[in-house]
Amino acid sequence: MSTASAIPAIHGTVTVGVPVEQAFRVFTDSFHTWWPPQYHIGKEDLADAVLEPREGGRWFERGVDGSECDWGGVLAWEPPHRLVVTWQITGEWQFDPDPAHASEIEVRFTADGPGQTVVELEHRHLDRLVGGQAMRDAIIGGGGWSALLETFATAATATP
Amino acid sequence: MGAYGDAGLGLLGDPTRRAIFELLAQRPHSVSELAERLPVSRPAVSQHLRALKEGGLVVNRAEGTRRVYRLNPDGVAALRAWLERIWDEALTAFQKAAEAAPIDPEQEQQ
Repeated sequence: MSTASAIPAIHGTVTVGVPVEQAFRVFTDSFHTWWPPQYHIGKEDLADAVLEPREGGRWFERGVDGSECDWGGVLAWEPPHRLVVTWQITGEWQFDPDPAHASEIEVRFTADGPGQTVVELEHRHLDRLVGGQAMRDAIIGGGGWSALLETFATAATATP
Repeated sequence: MGAYGDAGLGLLGDPTRRAIFELLAQRPHSVSELAERLPVSRPAVSQHLRALKEGGLVVNRAEGTRRVYRLNPDGVAALRAWLERIWDEALTAFQKAAEAAPIDPEQEQQ
């Protein structure tokens, strides 16, 4: 059951001491080098996390056994200033191709002098994510990222 | 909604509070059950629970003589606190990676 009430977006800001082009490049091309590896959804440990550098590109993880698991897709690819990706995982722990069920993450890179960049992140439309029935089971069996997403899904469906 | 840098790491930035949150995600616990499973005193557990309750992440009810805590079924505050924690961690890691990376991609080979 969806309702009109929205979950407030998450905002984050970090200032990095590098030019805007480098900030964008590390965020995207080198995504796998900095993403905390404990936050993943595949059954296997995380071997790689990939953000394909184009609009319509995939955003996915690769497990140590080579299996791939989608996280979402690239909605906007505007180097070196803006990136929008979707996050679309259901409560049943499956990739959900329906764009109506996608939360969005927008990242903006703004030069703050020649060697400094402000990176602003917004994770929004959290209420679009579809939950499953087995949230409690999933939390018991999971933990970390999976527990988070299940909490997510429940919040999305339970919001009065 | 504050930025990450703001209140440090937020409600779940403290490792003990995070451990309590994760235990409560598994099932409801009383204060003494939590204290048994964590390397902190019972008063310390109570103090963390108070902070989590004030933040809307957990709720409690009396069960006989004990007070049992569980995650707030509303879930929204918990969800947001978790997400804020993850993005805070991710952005901090990103900052380190960006500042450690070579300025020019061509220099990576050297």
